[in-house]
Amino acid sequence: MGKITNEELLKKIGDQFPDQFTVIGEPFGLLTIETTRENITAILSFLKADAVLQFIYLTDITGIHFPGAERQIGVIYHLHSLVNNVRIRLKVFLNDGDVHIPTATTIWDGANWMERETYDLFGVIFDGHPDLRRILNVDDMTAFPMRKEFPLEDPNRVDKKDYFFGR
Amino acid sequence: MSDIKLVDAPAGVEGAGFFATSIDKAVGMARANSLWPLPFATSCCGIEFMATMSPHYDLARFGAERLSFSPRQADLLMVMGTISKKMGPVLRQVYLQMAEPRWVMAVGACASSGGIFDTYSVLQGIDEVIPVDVYVPGCPPRPEAIIDGFMDIQKLVRSETGRRRNEPKYQELLASYGIQ
Repeated sequence: MGKITNEELLKKIGDQFPDQFTVIGEPFGLLTIETTRENITAILSFLKADAVLQFIYLTDITGIHFPGAERQIGVIYHLHSLVNNVRIRLKVFLNDGDVHIPTATTIWDGANWMERETYDLFGVIFDGHPDLRRILNVDDMTAFPMRKEFPLEDPNRVDKKDYFFGR
Repeated sequence: MSDIKLVDAPAGVEGAGFFATSIDKAVGMARANSLWPLPFATSCCGIEFMATMSPHYDLARFGAERLSFSPRQADLLMVMGTISKKMGPVLRQVYLQMAEPRWVMAVGACASSGGIFDTYSVLQGIDEVIPVDVYVPGCPPRPEAIIDGFMDIQKLVRSETGRRRNEPKYQELLASYGIQ
């Protein structure tokens, strides 16, 4: 069990950033808050720099796509306080036509590849990123394959065609 | 008493003190029994290949003792494992660097057809980027299957003309892959 409870953690963030985030819940004890792209850099910096909290470890940056939702594309940050043995999750949702968010490479160097991956798969553009290129997929790919409208299966596949199965 | 088996001589005319055959057959026999494979192993089929090379199955029996990790010296490209689309140009480059005569063997479901990975990031069979001579089915194939495929390659090598590279059919095949 961590040295800081989620209530204390929430209070510290709430004192610093009143009304600038909403609490989504605590699934499996993992405090999850949602904020906006205007506040995300300030909140991340605070969590890292605060003398008590010390969320110095950026576990992951990833994305999510909810087609049909008002704000379709989500960017999710997982932070870990190694000193306090506490984790936190932050979510930012963006409109599909305007998927810009400030980079976290100014806070953690390790965010570089995580943001490249999120750009590669979800098309999230991290403003201020030093080298925002594709990292996993081929360079000449034009789509963002983890978005739901992208077909998972490869169109060149022939051995699953219906006529092989008498259909 | 040694029981080393020697390869049978190719068909030819034999008489007292001489033996005559065509140069293609003699060269084919020599090539077939001294293939240098280049293992392009990316996943589990590569593990099966390691077993194939080990003394229990002993691919060296077929003259393939010497693995070549340089494409310049290799005769046979053995592609074993899933080839992602990002790996495709690398595989093609390796093939282009091989000198003629060269043969390609696709080992396992992934290299042959993409296997279980029917997805946007995986090449659906290496024959999308390079011509393939022999496909070995299996997921992964057992060493016996890999050896069977290797012996099929040997059959091809034995029966091919020495100037396969100059045949119009072969050049047409290479041209369809945009090579030369």
